[in-house]
Amino acid sequence: MTWFRKEKQPLVAQKRELAADVWEKCEGCGAALYVRKLEENDRVCPDCGHHFRISAREYLQLLFDDGFEEEFGESLRSADPLEFVDSKAYPERIEAAEARVGAHDAILAGAGHIDGRLVCGGIMEFGFIGGSMGSVVGEKIARLLDAAVERSAPALIVSASGGARMQEGIFSLMQLAKSATALHRLAAAGLPYISILTHPTTGGVTASFAMLGDVNLAEPGALVGFAGPRVIKETIRQDLPDAFQTAEFLEEHGMLDCIVARQDLKQTVSTLLAHMC
Amino acid sequence: MSDETRSGKAAGPEDSEPLSRYERVKLARHPDRPFTLDYIRILCSDWIELHGDRKFRDDPAIVGGWATLAGRSVMIIGHQKGRGMKENLLRNFGSPHPEGYRKAERLMQLAAKFGRPVVTLVDTQGAYPGIGAEERGQAEAIARNLQVMAGLPVPIVTVIIGEGGSGGALGIAVADRVLMLENAIYSVISPEGCAAILWRSRDRAEDAAEALKLTATDLAEFAVVDEVIREPNGGAHLDPDATALAVGSAVERHLDELVEFSGDELIERRREKFYAMGRWEDTASA
Ligand SMILES: [Zn+2]
Repeated sequence: MTWFRKEKQPLVAQKRELAADVWEKCEGCGAALYVRKLEENDRVCPDCGHHFRISAREYLQLLFDDGFEEEFGESLRSADPLEFVDSKAYPERIEAAEARVGAHDAILAGAGHIDGRLVCGGIMEFGFIGGSMGSVVGEKIARLLDAAVERSAPALIVSASGGARMQEGIFSLMQLAKSATALHRLAAAGLPYISILTHPTTGGVTASFAMLGDVNLAEPGALVGFAGPRVIKETIRQDLPDAFQTAEFLEEHGMLDCIVARQDLKQTVSTLLAHMC
Repeated sequence: MSDETRSGKAAGPEDSEPLSRYERVKLARHPDRPFTLDYIRILCSDWIELHGDRKFRDDPAIVGGWATLAGRSVMIIGHQKGRGMKENLLRNFGSPHPEGYRKAERLMQLAAKFGRPVVTLVDTQGAYPGIGAEERGQAEAIARNLQVMAGLPVPIVTVIIGEGGSGGALGIAVADRVLMLENAIYSVISPEGCAAILWRSRDRAEDAAEALKLTATDLAEFAVVDEVIREPNGGAHLDPDATALAVGSAVERHLDELVEFSGDELIERRREKFYAMGRWEDTASA
C-alpha cells in the first residue's frame, strides 16, 4: 500500500481517542463542542452548521468507499527550481510542512470508488503551505485527469488553496495552464468533472481547475474568490459587503451550481455522476 | 526543447549591459513604453477593433480585433494601458475585469471559426481585484480562457511586451509560442506583493524581484518563454518603431511555422508544451 494509507489509520485513530474529553470552540457560533461529537458529525457544528476544516485524508474517507485504491504521483517531491530564499529557504519550508502535515505536498491524487463507481480524484491539503499549487500539485492533477481519460472515468477535485506557490515563481503560474490543458482533454473525451470548493479557495486554483467543473459545488460558508479580501480592501480602500466571497455570495452571482453540506456531499456527488456518466 | 527556444536564447540579451532584475521591472512599467495599440498602429493594416463581451460591457483594459499582419489576417488581442491619467482611468491602468477576459474569449472563438491565427500582447499588472470583478467571476473568466486556449484549433502566438502579471496575464497567454521582450517581466506575483507577504514589507521588492526570477532571460532558461526579443539600447520606450518591427518579424516567423500544423496537432503540441512546465523530483526513480 501507499505511504499515506500506512500513516492514515494511526493518525485518525489517535485523534479519535484523544477526543473523548476534549472541547473545541465553534468559530461559527461560539458554542463549546465535544471534539468526539464534532468528529462524529463530520466536523460540522450541530448547532450552527459551521464547517470546520478537515484534512485531505478525512475528505478521502468521507467521499470514497474505501479511500484510493491506487495513488498517482505519490513519489513526487517539490524541487527548488528558483533556489528561492526569503526569510527561509524553500526546501526548509517544504520539510517543515511535511513534518507538520504528514504529507509530501498539497494534494492527494488517486483512483477509488464512490458508491461503486470508479472515480479519479484529487483532494487538496490546505495545511501544506496554504494548499498552494506548485509543480507537484500541477503534475498530480494532470496525472489524475489523464488517468480519468485512460479509464473513461469521471474526475473530481476537492479544492482548498490560497493560490499559486510563490516560491516556485513562474512554474507555479504555469500549473494553472497545465491543469486547464488537462481539463480540456478530459472535456474533449466527454467525461464529467466535478469541482468541490472548500474553505478557502482563492487565487490561482480558483482561476483554473476549481472554477472549471461541469458542476461546481461548495461547502456552506466557504471563502471562494480570485483575489483575497485583504488585497481587494487595500486596492479599493472601502469596506467589503457582508458575506462577500462566501459560497452563498458566489451562488447568488451565478458562479456555483449548488452549496452542499458536508454530510450530503457524497450522496450529491454520487447522484450527479449517475446523471452525467 | 524546441529549436526556436535555442535560437531565442542565442539571440537573447546576454551581451547587453547588465541590469538588475528590479531595473527591468521599472523598464517594463515605463509609462512611455509602447502599448498594444501602438504595436497594432505600427505593424498592422485593416485594423478593426471589436468591442464587448456580449454579456455585460466592453472592457477598455483589453482591446482586440481583426488586423492584417505581414499579409495575413489575424485576431490581435492585448491588454491596453492608458497614456496619461485620463486614459488610464478609462482603461483601469490595464487591469481587466471579467468582461475583458470574456471579450478575449469571444474573439478567440471568432478567430477559430474562420481559421485565423490569434496574436496576443500581454501587458498588465494583473486582473483587477475589486468587488464587481469578484461578483462577475474574475476567476471563472480567467479559468475559462485557459481551457478555451488549450483547445483552440488555430495558432496562438503571445508576446509579453511589458508586465506579465500572474493570472491576469496568463488569461490570454496559453499559446503555441510565448515570446518576450528583453525588458518585459512575467511573474506569478508582483515583486511588491511578494515582498509584502514573504518579507512583510513592500520595500523589499528588489529582493523579491531577484528571488522570483521574472526576467525574459530567466524565463527563457526555464523554457517558459520560447524567444527573447531584443529591445533598442535603453529600452523599448526610446524607439517604439524599432521595437514593434522586431516584435512583428518574430511573430511572423513563428506564425509561418505554426500555420503548417493542423488544429489537432496544434492542440496536442500545446498540451505537451504546458505539461512540460514544472520541476519536481521523483523519489521512485531516484
Ligand atoms: Zn457553531
